Amino acid sequence: MQQRENGIVLTEEQKRRRRARSLAIALALAILVVLFYVVTLIKGPGLLNRPL
Amino acid sequence: MSIASEGLSSSAQTDKTDARLEPSMASVGDYIALMKPRVMSLVVFTALVGLVVAPGQLHPVIGFTALLCIAVGAGAAGALNMWYDADVDAMMTRTARRPIPAGRIAPGEALGFGVTLAAFSIVILGLLVSWLAAALLAFTIFFYAVVYTMWLKRTTPQNIVIGGAAGALPPVIGWAAATGAVGIEAILMFLIIFFWTPPHFWALSLYRTSDYARAGIPMLPVVAGEKETRRQILLYSVVLAPVGTAPWLLGYAGSLYGVSAIVAGLLMIGFAVRVRLARDNAALEQAARHLFAYSILYLFLLFATLLVTHGLGSSFGRFGG
Repeated sequence: MQQRENGIVLTEEQKRRRRARSLAIALALAILVVLFYVVTLIKGPGLLNRPL
Repeated sequence: MSIASEGLSSSAQTDKTDARLEPSMASVGDYIALMKPRVMSLVVFTALVGLVVAPGQLHPVIGFTALLCIAVGAGAAGALNMWYDADVDAMMTRTARRPIPAGRIAPGEALGFGVTLAAFSIVILGLLVSWLAAALLAFTIFFYAVVYTMWLKRTTPQNIVIGGAAGALPPVIGWAAATGAVGIEAILMFLIIFFWTPPHFWALSLYRTSDYARAGIPMLPVVAGEKETRRQILLYSVVLAPVGTAPWLLGYAGSLYGVSAIVAGLLMIGFAVRVRLARDNAALEQAARHLFAYSILYLFLLFATLLVTHGLGSSFGRFGG
């Protein structure tokens, strides 16, 4: 980390890792969206009728 | 946070504080490591068996969703365990390179990660699959993170006996996801893993005793000594072998499973006897390592046979529609 007057400046390695973490979060969210979409198609109105 | 925090030197604590203020250096791999992927793989496998063996209709996508949620829930429990145990992990050779003690992930990040994953996995399992399965998953995460990690692990040598219930629940969750109920077969699978856990972990602790002693964890060899641990390993193995055959004895599994369970159970007892009779430290360590390795194979063999003999025949039709 380099400390400057205008705040924290990330090193190249920190930027690279942050980008990788952001991509992983984006992937997880995309999987979640697809999952909900596909399950809604499969279950249809039955989605609200779940076994306890 | 307990024992080891007091043991940390002031410089180490300063480093830790500084690390919290710095931008995160955590890689995606570090977050995956927080989820204990090896433990997760066993959880997913046993949950899969519970899911497939269960009667009834289940769409493959719903089954996949259930397994995904169970895997993520197990990962959440692992992350919460690593967050709370970072102090003792730093003192043990086996765990010192984990992301938190190694300084790659700040404790707060791990806590946030674990809580987020736990919440998502439980809610999604409930919304898309079954609320009973979701409740069991929530109980499992709570039991592992709070009852085992925060309470039992540091207070009693029976920690892994009682705490083993958390590791034994995944096939029950899988069964509940498929049926919306809990059946006897699911309880038998729970019992197999429950009685398997003590000889499995005590075998490991026999050759990691100094690690556990240094970290102040009251594992059985540390508190009661090697001799008593070896005796208990044998006792639990003798109980485990017939419990392993129970699905066949009670008519829930075929003869192939029965024969496999009997042979595998006898071998388990054989390995435990070797541990019990080892005459010197070198022989004991070797026998304990063999038992530890074999115990993993034992559980895999039993559940794989259950899957093949009981599950695939009917589930192909079921999944295939």
